Amino acid sequence: MSTGPLAPRADFPLLAASPDLVYLDSAATTQKPAVVLEAIRRYYTEANANPHRGAYALAAAATAAYETARHRVARFLGVADPDTLLFTRGSTEAMNLIATAWGRAQVGPGDNLVVTRMEHHANFVPWQQLALATGAEFRIAELGPAGTIDLEHLASLIDARTKVVAFGHVSNALGTIHPVTEIVRIARERSAGGAPLGPGLPPGALLVCDGAQAVPHLRCAVDALGVDAYAFSGHKIGGPMGIGGLVMRRGILEAMPPYQFGGDMIEWVEDRTSTWNVLPHKFEAGTPNVEGAVGLAAACDYVERLGLDAIRAHEVALTAEAMAALGAIGGVTLFGTPDATTRSGVVSFAIEGVHPHDVATTLDVAGVCVRAGHHCAQPLMRVMGVPATVRASFWVYSTSDDVARLAQAVRETQARFA
Amino acid sequence: MSDATLDALYQEVILDHNRRPRNFHPMPAASCSADGKNPSCGDQLTIWVRVDGDRVAELSFQGIGCAISKASASLLTEAVKGKTRTEALALYETMHRVFTGLETDTAVLKGLGPLRALSGVSKFPMRVKCASLAWHAFKAALDGAGTVSTESGAPTPVS
Repeated sequence: MSTGPLAPRADFPLLAASPDLVYLDSAATTQKPAVVLEAIRRYYTEANANPHRGAYALAAAATAAYETARHRVARFLGVADPDTLLFTRGSTEAMNLIATAWGRAQVGPGDNLVVTRMEHHANFVPWQQLALATGAEFRIAELGPAGTIDLEHLASLIDARTKVVAFGHVSNALGTIHPVTEIVRIARERSAGGAPLGPGLPPGALLVCDGAQAVPHLRCAVDALGVDAYAFSGHKIGGPMGIGGLVMRRGILEAMPPYQFGGDMIEWVEDRTSTWNVLPHKFEAGTPNVEGAVGLAAACDYVERLGLDAIRAHEVALTAEAMAALGAIGGVTLFGTPDATTRSGVVSFAIEGVHPHDVATTLDVAGVCVRAGHHCAQPLMRVMGVPATVRASFWVYSTSDDVARLAQAVRETQARFA
Repeated sequence: MSDATLDALYQEVILDHNRRPRNFHPMPAASCSADGKNPSCGDQLTIWVRVDGDRVAELSFQGIGCAISKASASLLTEAVKGKTRTEALALYETMHRVFTGLETDTAVLKGLGPLRALSGVSKFPMRVKCASLAWHAFKAALDGAGTVSTESGAPTPVS
């Protein structure tokens, strides 16, 4: 069994420049295809001006570049109304936007916020802090077997006073693909006694899904997921850093107060009061990240050309290979579900007697880049009873050779620390 | 980066102190102690110090961490024992220069004895914090600071 690259290494200038580098940290950030870098360069050489301002043709070109990118990304995500896609710096800012703008207006004492043990800090700390600031109760759904969320426990935490249920689509630490549809069904049913989220919207909790680890690997069809808010980061899907987005129901966005104030987000500014621009601009104060949006749109083009089904099949094959190769080495513990078809391209593991940071250093010297640490998921690591894990993660350029080099480097690490 | 650089990082002295850390226990009779935390990797340890007059009479530590942070703490407990407060703080400063590659005086390096094994860390900027954690904690204990983080407080020289 051998899996070659789905996308040629030559598509990625950094990888092409370092033929021996084994990059297995794509869950942290992906390498960037040349077409993305070229799209950014073209924007700055052909269309750079401040969008939404200026009556000259160049400013119109910049505006078109930015808004065309929004349409492109919305289509990629399966979002029918592009105005409900807000560009943010990434998932982290998206979560903070909801917790601040919606949360501070809607949550109070006696309410509760529900998250899961599996969350990245970006989908955990904003809710924890919102609870502390508003006097709401903060509830954590615990783990089920083999890297899953205990859905029964989750259900037991949700009631008519639950204002937010925040959960990941895919776990960054373990790669588990969570049953979003099932979680949505449970959360709607359990919180149905609450007030409606807005005119024509369901009652109960705001369902917030962190898609940072899903968008690069799965066909997400965000509108069809049935959640109220969905966040993602562009740099995990071949796009540049500093761009990502938040998709939210129109009715909620229209009723929600702004997150930040300044240029672009206003309709009219009086001496003592102001009114707000329409969606999506109401939530995009200041000069936007046009190069980021343009780069992200190019990344969506690139990923769609490769095909999300092909990407998924490629990653399942590599994940199964890696789990088999590492699982065959004595003293290696694999974390998460044993079934590669129920996880994204992530393999989290530990070597008995060797701290993950020492593993990462020895692997680095062997030319293998992996992530070692708590993966911004300290509440998860605590119940797993480990301070950290080593995580190898794949994307379109990863191959069987990468897996073999990883396994070899793990064996060498064991020999060094034996 | 080569295997030789890795050999210099994980010298036998380091691997030995990682496997069998010395003075690895709490100290009920300690005069002072401090917790050290490295938030970026989750390492945490506690250092106990018994001071007798002007001398550091005894040290011990406990905690979780990588080979570098464990060995550095273990080596510290042996190296600092018996030194005056002034000597111990001078060694703290020297070790920071060693970790960041600023200490090039061969006489100074030779004078470090087993601690010299920690000099390999200077080639690994991401691991300097691991090596310095115990030293920050030791200084915090002497200063009565109680707790210290590699992300704040004690100086981290720029290499």
